[in-house]
Amino acid sequence: MSEVTGGVEVEEEIGGTVKKFMFVNRKAPYGTIYALEGLEVVLISAAFDQDVSLVFLDDGVYQLKKGQHTKAVDMKNFSPTYRALEGYDIDKLYVEKESLEERGLTADDLVVDVEVLTAEEIAKLMAEQDVVLSF
Amino acid sequence: MLHTVNKSPFQTRNLESCLRHALPGSAVLLIEDGVYAALQDTPFADMVRKAMEQVRFYVLGPDLEARGMEPSKVIDGIEVVDYGGFVDLTVEYGTVQSWL
Repeated sequence: MSEVTGGVEVEEEIGGTVKKFMFVNRKAPYGTIYALEGLEVVLISAAFDQDVSLVFLDDGVYQLKKGQHTKAVDMKNFSPTYRALEGYDIDKLYVEKESLEERGLTADDLVVDVEVLTAEEIAKLMAEQDVVLSF
Repeated sequence: MLHTVNKSPFQTRNLESCLRHALPGSAVLLIEDGVYAALQDTPFADMVRKAMEQVRFYVLGPDLEARGMEPSKVIDGIEVVDYGGFVDLTVEYGTVQSWL
């Protein structure tokens, strides 16, 4: 059916329902594989044109720390990838204020522009989602 | 005895368990996500400073560097070591206990 209709109609046909997806990142990079795997899934989700938001809290805020150099530990430095998310229309990045402050960090220490929200604001945002995936 | 801690102090209480068991004269080496405990300006810095009165503290430089953490942000008195230094510590302190 998609072959004969073509154009805009096809997009509507394939598009279906757009759901709100939230990815919750709570782990530091490198010590475990969670941060990298979570980022991979976020990139995959971009292919499905969904309403995607990313939240960084607890040790997850360390994923965004500027100045990561991984040569000496022989691992892939994936922090530049967060800067590429905008190109995939993923631009809702939220970082928890309390988690940043507890770690002596500010938004200026991060590789991307983010919106800093309180735990309460993030809780509300979370409650609005259709799907929440935690890494 | 050399104790290694590889988990973030924000994520687990492994560092606290370690410090409860580290006798005076032993050493603690912070590696992998454990390096976050070596930094100034965290809620754990005072606990580490207090422990440093009796126990030597080391942190693995390559793991700091990987995480974008500068040696200048490390608590005064904690020695930054490289992989060679890690090996030296295992020789110097004998038995190694890994708080995984």
